Amino acid sequence: MLQAILDHFNYWIAIFLMMIGFYTVVARGNLVKKLVGLNIFQTSVFLLYISMGKVIGGTAPILDDRFQIYSNPIPHVLILTAIVVGVATTALGLGLIVRIRESYGTIEEDELDLADGET
Amino acid sequence: MIFTLIDIALLTFMGATAFAILRLRSLFAVVMLSGIYSLLAASMFVALDAVDVAFTEAAVGAGISTVLMIAVLALTGEREKTPAHTPLLPLLVVILTGAALVYGTFDMPAFGDANAPVHLHVAPRYLHDSFAEVGLPNVVTSVLASYRGYDTLGEVTVIFTAGVAVMLLLGGRKGDDAGIKQQPVDEDGDDRRADSKDLDGSGGAA
Repeated sequence: MLQAILDHFNYWIAIFLMMIGFYTVVARGNLVKKLVGLNIFQTSVFLLYISMGKVIGGTAPILDDRFQIYSNPIPHVLILTAIVVGVATTALGLGLIVRIRESYGTIEEDELDLADGET
Repeated sequence: MIFTLIDIALLTFMGATAFAILRLRSLFAVVMLSGIYSLLAASMFVALDAVDVAFTEAAVGAGISTVLMIAVLALTGEREKTPAHTPLLPLLVVILTGAALVYGTFDMPAFGDANAPVHLHVAPRYLHDSFAEVGLPNVVTSVLASYRGYDTLGEVTVIFTAGVAVMLLLGGRKGDDAGIKQQPVDEDGDDRRADSKDLDGSGGAA
């Protein structure tokens, strides 16, 4: 029983974090908060991938004669790319938020809806 | 055994930090906590043998993202509005999605299993042959820069596009300010110009 929990613990925490990020994105009205939620969501996906690449008893995939077992390098490569693309999208999102704040004077979603309804 | 303890402790901290981010209303505290969250994620990646990912996450996630968000908070205010009621529909959707995903994990191979399908196909070839073919001990570098070099080129294109987009959004605003804007006071405008420089610089550097 305990073993069964430990076998999937990383995946479950990744899903828990993913759902927290998801909830922050859909249920919170502040745009900066939404972007932080998106980042949490993103990191949870990284965690899921890296967890799948781990081999118990393995070491980091840097070749050396003293080691025989290595963790899987392919998820690491994918996630390296994803992290850098992630910060690019975050910067773009923050730029949009600054523009929205300039045009509407607010970054709360309900006030934005209200302002759009009036004009 | 030690590994399991570190694993559980770090994951618990990450969960607690994420929950605090969800609950807090002060956006400055939220941004600081998201920096801590990234640092915990980086520690977690070291424990999971992904050292390259860990230092990228520490530099980019905990460093650049936090700086960018603080710069934006300086322009937009740091207090989140408290909503009138707790939205029930999102909560329901999130719980259902989470339950479906957890159900899906029961078909996954156990954590750390060396015989999981993901470890049996392409990875062994890279581990065996990459040193002879590329000549670098770090397999992640070999794959990133050589076997999947075109992917990395595509990634650079994405970053370039994002940098151009941020510059278009924030760059040419001095002209607009005179005509359309009525809101900003003098010092406010100064702040914004300083920030747009920040965003452009890091967008290019990342």
